[in-house]
Amino acid sequence: MNRFMLFIHKTGSPPWFYNFSGKLLPWTWGVFLVLLVAGLYLGLVKAPPDYLQGESARIMYIHVPSAYMSMMIYALMAVMGVIGLVWHVRMAEIMMISSAPIGAIFTAIALATGSLWGRPTWGTYWVWDARLTSELVLLFLYLGVIGLYAAYDEPRKAARAAALLALVGVVNLPIIHYSVTWWNTLHQPPSLTSEGSAIHPSMLVPLLIMVVAWKFFYISNLLVRTRLRLIEQDQRKRWVHHILSGADR
Amino acid sequence: MSHRTGASKAFLALVRRDLLLAFRRRSEMMQPLLFLLVVVSLFPLGVGPSPDLLGSIAPGVIWIAALLATVLSLDTLFRSDFEDGTLEQFAISGHPVTVIALAKIMVHWLVAGLPIVLLSPLLALWMNLPMDALDVLVITLLLGTPVLSLVGSIGGALTVSLKRGGQLLSLLVFPLYVPLLIIAANAVSAAVAGLPYSGQLGLMGAGLIAALTLAPFATAAALKLSLE
Repeated sequence: MNRFMLFIHKTGSPPWFYNFSGKLLPWTWGVFLVLLVAGLYLGLVKAPPDYLQGESARIMYIHVPSAYMSMMIYALMAVMGVIGLVWHVRMAEIMMISSAPIGAIFTAIALATGSLWGRPTWGTYWVWDARLTSELVLLFLYLGVIGLYAAYDEPRKAARAAALLALVGVVNLPIIHYSVTWWNTLHQPPSLTSEGSAIHPSMLVPLLIMVVAWKFFYISNLLVRTRLRLIEQDQRKRWVHHILSGADR
Repeated sequence: MSHRTGASKAFLALVRRDLLLAFRRRSEMMQPLLFLLVVVSLFPLGVGPSPDLLGSIAPGVIWIAALLATVLSLDTLFRSDFEDGTLEQFAISGHPVTVIALAKIMVHWLVAGLPIVLLSPLLALWMNLPMDALDVLVITLLLGTPVLSLVGSIGGALTVSLKRGGQLLSLLVFPLYVPLLIIAANAVSAAVAGLPYSGQLGLMGAGLIAALTLAPFATAAALKLSLE
């Protein structure tokens, strides 16, 4: 057995995952809190207001990381969905479906903060601009995955159906994005590309800190949700009784 | 008998059987089409009978009505075969499930998609669509309704084992229809405005080929999952 499959099978054991994630969680939450405080302080207090958009540009420190996460989590869900569908790894299925509500919330936050920023900047809360529209469609895709999972009674079958839908969505997402871009574009082009950055370092540093902070929030939240789902699904198994009776004392 | 001829024979036999079943249940087949007519006829009542306004929103309205009518008929695509166990027999017959899925999708298009294309001149008349754009509307529907059946069949297969899959089905399928709706309605609007529309039609053709080659596999995987 090669190292990759060994890793998958080892992390795929629920008691091992439960104990390991329990040890990991204080650290991920800790790093998240430190980065959050640092990022918010630098972004909301230290960074200068934008010379065009004024103070309202500070919404960016929440908006941009949330929008990144909304897309990254959907891609991760597709990856975990493939692992679940191909190798029947139960942990991957559970982590896939535990990611969906987090991704949906990040999408909703990106939409809400974007529309609050759009009011002073564009003069309207909502326009049918390309990125807003594809983000809205992404939210519908998330809600579809969550809804399909909830409709099935049997958790493993539900997770595999949801994974299949997430995969179909991932194939469709670039098509949706390009069709909508071609249809209508008002949103500013990306300021952060692999070529370099159009943002001054005093604003870029807090933004990047917030991006990393959101990733740690996702990891921590995902671990908590996965642990709860594991305990719920395995409530009649011995390892859960063992852990719960130990934790009570 | 080799397996290859077996698969094509099974495909044709299934198409014949499903077409026969559809014509025996004509009233069930008519319902989505009546729904299509009713939805389009509601728009003049809702937004007012001004010919200019109706003409300008006609491409979008007709396409949205086609989407709604297709989703309405998708719920029954696999349901009766699933409930009486026929689908299970197909799956263990040894033929690829993809071939079975493709046959059912093709019949769905013949029964639910093609009639929308045939009804579209009437809809265009009601919505006051300029007559020189009618041929483009018909072409977009000819290229687009098979995509509606192909992509929609994935949703139909995923929800077939659920008791109330119908409402969920629309939530699953509509986001996937967004690119098609945008490009098709835009092609017709461009034709109305006298602008070139061959690019949009090319994109729709590419979309049809992509859906035809990819969707049956996803549908087959979803069907196997539902049969577990």
